[in-house]
Amino acid sequence: MLVLDRVGKTYPNGVRALDGISLAVAPGEILVTIGGSGCGKSTMLRTVSGLDPPTQGRVVLDGTIINAPHEKIGIVFQEPRLLPWLRVADNVGFGLEEFPKTERRLRVAGALDRVGLTDKARVWPRELSGGQAQRVAIARALVPRPEVLLLDEPFSALDAFTRADLQDHLLDLWADLKPTLVMVTHDVDEAIVLADRVMVMRAHPGRVYEEIACDLPRPRDRQSAAFDFVKRRVLAALDRSLDRAVATADEGETRAAAGGGLWW
Amino acid sequence: MTAGVEQAGVPEATPKAGAARLLRPALGFLLPVALALFWEIAVRMGLSNGRLVPPPSVIWNTFSDLAATGELQQHALATLWRVACGFVFGVMAGTIFGAITGYSALTHRVVDPTLQALRSIPSIAWVPLFILWFGIFEASKIILIAVGVFFPVYLGVMGAVMSVDRKIVEVGRVFRLSGLAMVRRILLPAVMPAYVIALRAGLGLGWMFVVAAEFLGASTGLGFLLIDGQQLGKPAQIVAAIVAFAILGKASDWLIVLVSSPFLRWEDRFART
Repeated sequence: MLVLDRVGKTYPNGVRALDGISLAVAPGEILVTIGGSGCGKSTMLRTVSGLDPPTQGRVVLDGTIINAPHEKIGIVFQEPRLLPWLRVADNVGFGLEEFPKTERRLRVAGALDRVGLTDKARVWPRELSGGQAQRVAIARALVPRPEVLLLDEPFSALDAFTRADLQDHLLDLWADLKPTLVMVTHDVDEAIVLADRVMVMRAHPGRVYEEIACDLPRPRDRQSAAFDFVKRRVLAALDRSLDRAVATADEGETRAAAGGGLWW
Repeated sequence: MTAGVEQAGVPEATPKAGAARLLRPALGFLLPVALALFWEIAVRMGLSNGRLVPPPSVIWNTFSDLAATGELQQHALATLWRVACGFVFGVMAGTIFGAITGYSALTHRVVDPTLQALRSIPSIAWVPLFILWFGIFEASKIILIAVGVFFPVYLGVMGAVMSVDRKIVEVGRVFRLSGLAMVRRILLPAVMPAYVIALRAGLGLGWMFVVAAEFLGASTGLGFLLIDGQQLGKPAQIVAAIVAFAILGKASDWLIVLVSSPFLRWEDRFART
């Protein structure tokens, strides 16, 4: 169980990015966080990853307080961040240094097979397409078998077709070991395709605005009426979250929030 | 299993690359050979007496005479030895200081301004001081060369360490690399391309400084051959020594490229062919 207990983050310059986020994510649950730009959704993910620990409150995973990167927590960033001097297979096995060689090789081969890139094992990262590189990044994060996988807008740099492809692919991979997924996105369709629960966030400071359960059966049909129904609910919640930010903020922030409202 | 894939690809590529591999370096010889030929013909036709700029045939004769007596090898070896020693010391110091100032902001603030000030001192300015401090024999020469090598290596390493992508370092943090593992698995490979360039720049300065060192009281070395040729009015000997410098300098640079190339095959270069 991943628990965020009144998590807040204030940067040294006084900017308050997160304020009192409390949240419990069940093992195997897929939680997708969505919100206008600057609402703190990436900041929240980084506190959970241990890369930027919270300044208030705490992140707890199975009773352990997370203050630094943890072996049970993997993360996929917006960019693949592959190490250009390692071949694809070595990139996938990067987190398995302490494992015996045979175990490492087996896991890497298995993961590459699972993401459909076995034939790219000996290739340099520069030779991969954007979608392939992101698949390698996902394989690298999954290969140590984390309990929690964090995804920070992992598909936002990809074209629409590749994105839909990788969303389905991510669900396949998730079905293998059922890690808890916490994903940040600004794409409403993506949120509804993947999530068990959609969490809408609100900026200044970053807070949980609304949670919307999303219990459509998988695989989800993006064209179905039920899909559309949930999508309308999420869009409406997003709209409200942005409106209220406009209503309560001062002038400078109003402009930022209005700009943030144009993202979709 | 995976290694087989790579090996299978190699025999295919070889015959195509074979002709190109022979031809491409040959292109580099085109210009110097043409110039040499032009001058040789000009002197033979009597357009110039070639006394101050000896034609290639005369230089070649001087070269082979010097080689026959073993003088050339002796001088070249002396110079090579000095450059090698100075290079090793300069690289070691430059790498250590560059890595530390690149890594630690505090050290950078304390040490870098002083080093930058020292860097702007012309090499020759050190010579009298070094001779007073370290005598007129090998030590002062090697130290002078090491000073020359130090600065480009220091600058290169510092810049490379400072510009390592935070996002890549974060990948290391996510996998909980210890400080040493972070250096070995992330920082070192990340700075490698810039490091090789720094080494080549350092070596270039090493060759420059060796001449400065040998101009001042040396009885061996290619720099001595230059001075000797000037004092005894033997331009062919001067040119022969210059040519020897060119050959050794290019060969040593090529050696760095050759040794480093297996570590840099991953680079996404602008022109790869």
